[in-house]
Amino acid sequence: MHWTEYLNPLMQGAWLTVQLTLYSTILGAVLAFAAGIGKTSHNRIVKAIAVTYIEVFRGTSLLVQLFWLYFALPILGQTVGLDLRLPPVVAGVLALALNIGAYGAEVVRGAIQAVSKDQYEAAKALNFTRRQTLWSVALPQAIPEMMPSFGNLAVQNLKDTALVSLISLGDLAFRAEQLRNFTQDSTTIYTMVLFMYFGMALVVTALMKTLERYVGRWRSARG
Amino acid sequence: MSDTIIKFDQVVKRFGALTVLDHLDFNVQRGEKVTIIGPSGSGKSTVLRILMTLESISEGIVSVDGEPLWHEERNGRLVNASEAHLRKMRVQLGMVFQQFNLFPHMSVRRNITEGPVKVLGMSRQDARERAEELLEMVGLANQADKYPHQLSGGQQQRVGIARALAMRPKVMLFDEPTSALDPELVGEVLNVIGALAEEHDLTMLLVTHEMRFAREVSDRVCFFDKGKIKEQGTPDELFTDPKEERTREFLKAVLEG
Amino acid sequence: MLFGIEWDTSSDLAFAISILPILLRGMIVTIQATFLGFFVALVLGLIFAALKAAPLKIISWPAGVLTEFIRDTPLLIQLFFLYYVLPEYGLVLPAFLTGALALGLQYSAYTAEVYRAGIEAIAKGQHEAARALNFTSLRTFTHVVLPQAVPRIIPAMGNYLVSIMKDVPVLSVVTVLEMLNVAQIVGDRTFNYLIPLSMVGGLYMIMTLVASGGVRWLDQTLPKRGLSLK
Repeated sequence: MHWTEYLNPLMQGAWLTVQLTLYSTILGAVLAFAAGIGKTSHNRIVKAIAVTYIEVFRGTSLLVQLFWLYFALPILGQTVGLDLRLPPVVAGVLALALNIGAYGAEVVRGAIQAVSKDQYEAAKALNFTRRQTLWSVALPQAIPEMMPSFGNLAVQNLKDTALVSLISLGDLAFRAEQLRNFTQDSTTIYTMVLFMYFGMALVVTALMKTLERYVGRWRSARG
Repeated sequence: MSDTIIKFDQVVKRFGALTVLDHLDFNVQRGEKVTIIGPSGSGKSTVLRILMTLESISEGIVSVDGEPLWHEERNGRLVNASEAHLRKMRVQLGMVFQQFNLFPHMSVRRNITEGPVKVLGMSRQDARERAEELLEMVGLANQADKYPHQLSGGQQQRVGIARALAMRPKVMLFDEPTSALDPELVGEVLNVIGALAEEHDLTMLLVTHEMRFAREVSDRVCFFDKGKIKEQGTPDELFTDPKEERTREFLKAVLEG
Repeated sequence: MLFGIEWDTSSDLAFAISILPILLRGMIVTIQATFLGFFVALVLGLIFAALKAAPLKIISWPAGVLTEFIRDTPLLIQLFFLYYVLPEYGLVLPAFLTGALALGLQYSAYTAEVYRAGIEAIAKGQHEAARALNFTSLRTFTHVVLPQAVPRIIPAMGNYLVSIMKDVPVLSVVTVLEMLNVAQIVGDRTFNYLIPLSMVGGLYMIMTLVASGGVRWLDQTLPKRGLSLK
């Protein structure tokens, strides 16, 4: 087979990879903010939930998490009488998001705590509530600081999507393995796939850089 | 008629083993302009920070307009103030910081309107109009759309003053408002504070090293030393004829320095 | 039965206890792969860092692109690449070695960056001071830069050690019998995935807590201003 014949199936896989990356990064960001803010909460229960989530998902392996959600959770569901069988795509997005969200949460927490004490004092002097201080003072300053780390995490997440091929989702890695089985042309296929992932990573990096400029545009105002 | 708006009654403030305020008694009348001077570490900024509820107290009672600031009455007993009580009390106070502490991600206008809109529930429109007036007053009418980092230190501090005034406090606290400024920018900020001092009902508490200015605007000057008021009086009394040796030493050092 | 060890399915607890020694066998492989992969990452990373710091653009630029490429592509694909492509060129390695090599390759891109940052942070000012003292470049590097860079580098490297450990389960795809693979086999044979997979999660928590604790201990123990020269 000529290498151009691999393009079509690989592109199909790449499209699923893009979708998985997009959904799990967005869901992961939501989780990251929820847990990162939760960890700074004064409410002990909220804080305990956030800390537990972060520690469990940072302390174990993504592939273990993915397999647990896909293979073990349904059995847990059986024993309590619930149908917890997840379609592969749901298990995949969920595992990726939960994992990247736990790492992102530490980024969010760190950036919030790095906002200077002066800013919190100014907010207090204006009688802002804790919530108003968080949303209008701390987060808008913290978010631009988070962006470089979020950029790295988004690329990490793109790479991690390859693991969902192991629960038989037809992403780029899965298509590559299928083609290899069929043609035995490992060198060509995997070289192409590596370059495709590299290209997607460059796009993700560029998008995150654009987003970084957007959320920090107040910093570059001139005049 | 004695109309006390601020009252420190035997207030003690400790940071670990360090006693910053030592059984301080200190009163301010409504509309009075009081300047606090003293060597660094004498506790003068702490007085303002306690009033703004940025620092709690270790002992004693602080009252603002007749009501305890750091305590509230529950079942006939004074207990430590809840956040709700502190929020209620804070409305009466406004603060200008040494380092300005403007919100860097908000335009000048937004810095001034955010509090009135979010905290006082003012409409955006009204808050903007009020912001325009205040900016006019501090001489920055055309700077509303800029971000703080685009302004000089003196301009930033004038925005800081406008921001605090936008909340319509009864008492304005100025914590060394010109100490972080280049010498050539001090004048523009002092002019604004001086003009504000003309306002009859506004109570002002000012911590500063600008002795000449203190003399011009204050009704009373308090010399703080080791967490207590060592000496106080009208500017003329204190600056021309200090009674205490410590005051004389301090003034001599500052005026010659 | 796995590794000659039988499991007891009479109750959940008995099952868990009976498969623990099996999982621990897998854990040993996980730890071995972690350290071998880490070692490869340390060596390869140092080579990449040196190439990237080369004064000749013709060396430093390709080295930079290559590390970026390695960093931006998935471990799984790199592993498959090594596993299927190397034999085509006559290099047949056991799956375990291929796996450790892939881990080392992936993380060399990260460790190269740690070396670079650690050395650069100190090099600037110190170099000038050393030049004033008339040290040779090599002497400057071994006596001035390295002793100060090492304590800065070690905690960051430690964190990558922990990351490598969490990536070892990927090696299961090329039949390496690390902990997750072992648990998965037990699950396949007993139709009970919940207990083995949950146990792997728990064991991973313990391993990462111990490893992170070790990294923190090193970080606090190492002198911040540099190692002393005898």
